[in-house]
Amino acid sequence: MPDVDPSWYMGLAAVLFVIGAAGLLTRRNALIMFMSVELMLNAVNLTFVAAGRAYGVLDGQLAVFFVLVVAAAEVVVGLAIIVAVFHTRTTANVDALSEMKG
Amino acid sequence: MEAVLFIIFGAVSLAGAIAMVTAKNPVYAALGLMATLFSLAVFYIVNLAHLVAAVQVIVYAGAVMTLFLFVIMLIGVDRSEDTSETLRFQRPLVLIVGAGVVGLAVAAVVADEWSWTPLAPGGVEAPNGTMAAVAEQLFSVWALPFEAVSLLLIVASIGAIALAFFAPSRRRKEKSDA
Repeated sequence: MPDVDPSWYMGLAAVLFVIGAAGLLTRRNALIMFMSVELMLNAVNLTFVAAGRAYGVLDGQLAVFFVLVVAAAEVVVGLAIIVAVFHTRTTANVDALSEMKG
Repeated sequence: MEAVLFIIFGAVSLAGAIAMVTAKNPVYAALGLMATLFSLAVFYIVNLAHLVAAVQVIVYAGAVMTLFLFVIMLIGVDRSEDTSETLRFQRPLVLIVGAGVVGLAVAAVVADEWSWTPLAPGGVEAPNGTMAAVAEQLFSVWALPFEAVSLLLIVASIGAIALAFFAPSRRRKEKSDA
């Protein structure tokens, strides 16, 4: 078995990121679009950890914490918005929100 | 050993991600994402990021995904999604562009000439991400960003409370106006 290079993790993270981006672009259920964003953020976290290991510094792991906090804040506000929209429109489909009216 | 773990959990994470993007039912999508998050936690442990792995399982796979499932249950899961394409050729285009970006990124990471790994000094020791080591850095070098994200968390929680409390009363007023 060959040794696992940090670049292996970078390659896997690139694939995961693009899967998340594809999900964000093709799905129209707001919840699944949100999960796709979470997947993209997680792919970036994996690159942070792998790069930190390659360079022998701890900063990559610390950056992951900050990404995590921002992602958690985003989920809280985003899901609150989805629930608020659902209460007025009874749909989670983003195409139903194509008109501007306060 | 690490290669075996990488292949097994890499396959699990990719399968989970693809299941999440393609699932019709949001609950299955959430479960797929959960599988991906757990396998990423395994990768963190392999890379000696112990505290990050614990936080990944507790916060992401635990709290965030529970919140997602909670909202899915609140909104209702048996609603079938409209799968027709609003923009023509959207999905084939996404597939082509996605495959291209993956090819470029993997080539940039893996190819010998472009490899970023020679930038790093060879044979460095992987940092051991124990709680003590991470905390020492977090409360000295990263103290200002730490305070900034705590402010961000407060703002986010106030925003969520405001959305939950004040939106219904505004709607009632609109209804009574109409």
